[in-house]
Amino acid sequence: MPELHRFHGGLRLEGHKSESLRHGLQQASLPPRLYLPLRQHIGEQNNPLVEVGDRVLKGQMIAANSSLICASVHAPTSGRVESIGSYPVAHPSGQADTCIVIEVDGRDEAAETKLPDLEQLDADGMIELICRAGIVGLGGAVFPTSPKLSRGKAHGIDTLIINGVECEPYITCDDMLMRHDAAEVIRGTGYLQRILRPKKTLIGIEDNKPEAIAAMSAALAEADDIDAEIVSIPTIYPSGGEKQLIQILTGREVPHGQLAFDIGLYCQNVGTCVAITRALERGEPLISRIVTVSGDNIRSPGNWEVRLGTPISHLIGLAGGYVDDDNAHLIMGGPMMGFSLRGGEVPIVKASNCILAMREQTIPQAVGYHDECIRCGKCTEVCPANLLPQQLYWHTRAKAWERAQEFHLSDCIECGCCSSVCPSGIPLVQYYRAAKSEIRAAHSARLKSDRARIRFEFRERRLQLKKQQEEERRRQKREALQKKRASTGDAETTPAAPDPVQAALERVKARKQAAQEESP
Amino acid sequence: MAGLFGLVLGYAAIRFRVEGNPLVDQIDALLPQTQCGQCTYAGCRPYAEAIANGEAPINQCPPGGQATIVALADLLDTEVLELNAEHGEHNEIPLVAIIDEQTCIGCTLCIQACPVDAILGAAKHMHTVIADECTGCKLCLPPCPVDCIDMVPVEQTIDDWKWSPPQPLEPVAHA
Repeated sequence: MPELHRFHGGLRLEGHKSESLRHGLQQASLPPRLYLPLRQHIGEQNNPLVEVGDRVLKGQMIAANSSLICASVHAPTSGRVESIGSYPVAHPSGQADTCIVIEVDGRDEAAETKLPDLEQLDADGMIELICRAGIVGLGGAVFPTSPKLSRGKAHGIDTLIINGVECEPYITCDDMLMRHDAAEVIRGTGYLQRILRPKKTLIGIEDNKPEAIAAMSAALAEADDIDAEIVSIPTIYPSGGEKQLIQILTGREVPHGQLAFDIGLYCQNVGTCVAITRALERGEPLISRIVTVSGDNIRSPGNWEVRLGTPISHLIGLAGGYVDDDNAHLIMGGPMMGFSLRGGEVPIVKASNCILAMREQTIPQAVGYHDECIRCGKCTEVCPANLLPQQLYWHTRAKAWERAQEFHLSDCIECGCCSSVCPSGIPLVQYYRAAKSEIRAAHSARLKSDRARIRFEFRERRLQLKKQQEEERRRQKREALQKKRASTGDAETTPAAPDPVQAALERVKARKQAAQEESP
Repeated sequence: MAGLFGLVLGYAAIRFRVEGNPLVDQIDALLPQTQCGQCTYAGCRPYAEAIANGEAPINQCPPGGQATIVALADLLDTEVLELNAEHGEHNEIPLVAIIDEQTCIGCTLCIQACPVDAILGAAKHMHTVIADECTGCKLCLPPCPVDCIDMVPVEQTIDDWKWSPPQPLEPVAHA
C-alpha cells in the first residue's frame, strides 16, 4: 500500500449514494427512437456516414471524421435512420445540435464483427481498435481515448492510475460498474498496461465503496498476469479529479499548464477500461453506458445500463417517474458539477453519468440575489486546486480577465466547493465559467483577426507585386521600343520607311490632283 | 566612466535597434482586423499608424466596439472615449456576407473589393464567400451591380456558446 497524500482543501459531503444502490444493475429497455448527437466528445464534429432511410445494424459506425482527435459514433441497436437534423441535446445552453435519429426495430441485430487476434496485436494495433470503437474518457471529460493513449505512449509512463473514485454525491454508476464488471475493469487495465508499459499501476477507490473494493480485489487476485495495486482512499470531495487523485496517490502535483503525462502519469476511468475490454475482446464499440438515475424527486432510483441516444424521459419512466411532477428540476451530472436541463427530451450521451431529478433548484442559477463577499476566506480553505477564489471573484466580476488569469483561473476545475461553502451564497463557479468562456471567445476572436491580418497583408503584397510587375513589363516594352527605334535610327543611312499616315495623305492628295487634271 | 557608458549605450542602440514601430504593432494587434475602412483609413494598420502618430482618436473603430477602445486606452494610457457614432454602430453579433448564388452574374467586382480574399469565383462564374475567412466588413456590398450580397449574423453554435455571468439582483427592500 503506497503512502497516501492529501490535496489542499476539499469537502466531506453527504454521499446520498445508498438511494441508487438498493437494486443491482438494471438493463434499460429500448425506446422507440434513439437520438445520437454527431459529437459526443471533445473535438471536431463528426460527419454522418448514413443517409435517411438507411437500415443500420447494432454496432455499425454511423458518424466519424478524419481529424486526429476523434471518436466515431455507432448505432446502439438495429433500425432505420429516420432523420438527420437538429434536436435538443444535453448542454447547458439548452441549444440543439445535429443528431441522427434511429427508429428502433426491436430486433437488436448486430453487425458482423471480425475479432482481432489479441495475442498478435501490438500497442498501435490496439490503439487503432480503440479508436474505431469510438471510446472516450467516461469519467466526464469525454476526451477521445486513442489520441490520449498515443500521446501517453510517446511520453513514456511510469505510473498508470485507474480512477474508481466517483466522489460526487448521488452518483454511483462507477461503483455499480466495479461491483458488476470488476473482471472487465481489471482486464482493461491489463490492456492499458500492454500499451503504455508503466512501471506501476494503482487503482484508486474511495473507502465508501467497500463492495466495489472487494469485487475488484477478487478480480485482481484471479488475474495472475496483471500486476496492479488497489488503493482505498479517504472519501473527500473532489478526490476523483485527475490532478487531485494523482496528488493523493503519488504526492506529485501536475504543474500549471501541463498535463499528467508530462510528469509520466496516465489516468483512466474504470468505465473506460470496461469499454476498452469490450472493444478488444468482442469488437464491440461504445454503444451503451451505465447511468445513475437518482435525486429526491425520483420514485425508484437506481443504475441502468442504457443504450446511447435513449431520451432521458424514457429513463425517468423506468425509474418510476417523478414524485412531484410539478417541481421536477433535472440535472445532468452530479449536484456539484452538473448543469440544469430544460427538459427530459434530451438523449443520454457518452458523457452522461448521472441524471438527477430534484424537487428544488439546487444548482446555482445565473440570475438571482446574492449577498456581498464578506472576505471570510472559506473558499480559499476548501479550494482543491489551491487557488484564491475570492481574488478570482473580484477580477472575474470586474471583467478583468488578465488579472483573473494571473491568478490561474484556467486551473479551476469547477468543482463547486467554493460556491457551496460561501456564506453569502455567491455562485462563484458561475462567475469563473462565464469568465472562462469570455476568455475562450476572445482567444478565438484573436486567432481569427490574426488570420485576417495575414490575409490582408498578403493581398496587399500581392497587389503591390502585380503593380510592380505591370510597371516592369511596361518599362521593358518601352525600352524595347526605344532600342528598336535606336537600331532603326542607326540604319537611317538607307531611306527610312515612309510614315504610313503621311503616305496615305500623299496618296489622297495625288488622287485629288489626278481627278482635277482629268476634269476639263 | 561617463564616456564608457556612452559607448556602451551607443553600441546597444545600434546592436539592439528595433525594426519598425513596435507601438504600431501593439495597436494593430488590438484592432479587429476587419479591414472595413469605417475609421476612414485604408485598413487596420493605417489606422494603427495614425493612432500611434497621434493623428486619430481611439474611438473610430465600430467593429471593435467599446472593448477595443478600452484596450487601446489601456495600452496608450489615455482616457476611455465613447465610440464615435459617425463611424458606425457596433454589432454585438458578428456579421458574415452571403452571396445569393442564383442572382450572382460573376462580375468579380466583389472579389476585387474583399480586403481578405474571402470571396471565391471567376469571371462569368458564380462567386461564393468563404464564411470562415469573412470579416463582415461590408466592402463587397457597394460594388455589386445586382445587389446579391447580404450580411447575416453569424449563427451561434454550441461551440461558441458562452456561460452568462451571474446577474446579482438587488435585495428586496423590507418595508
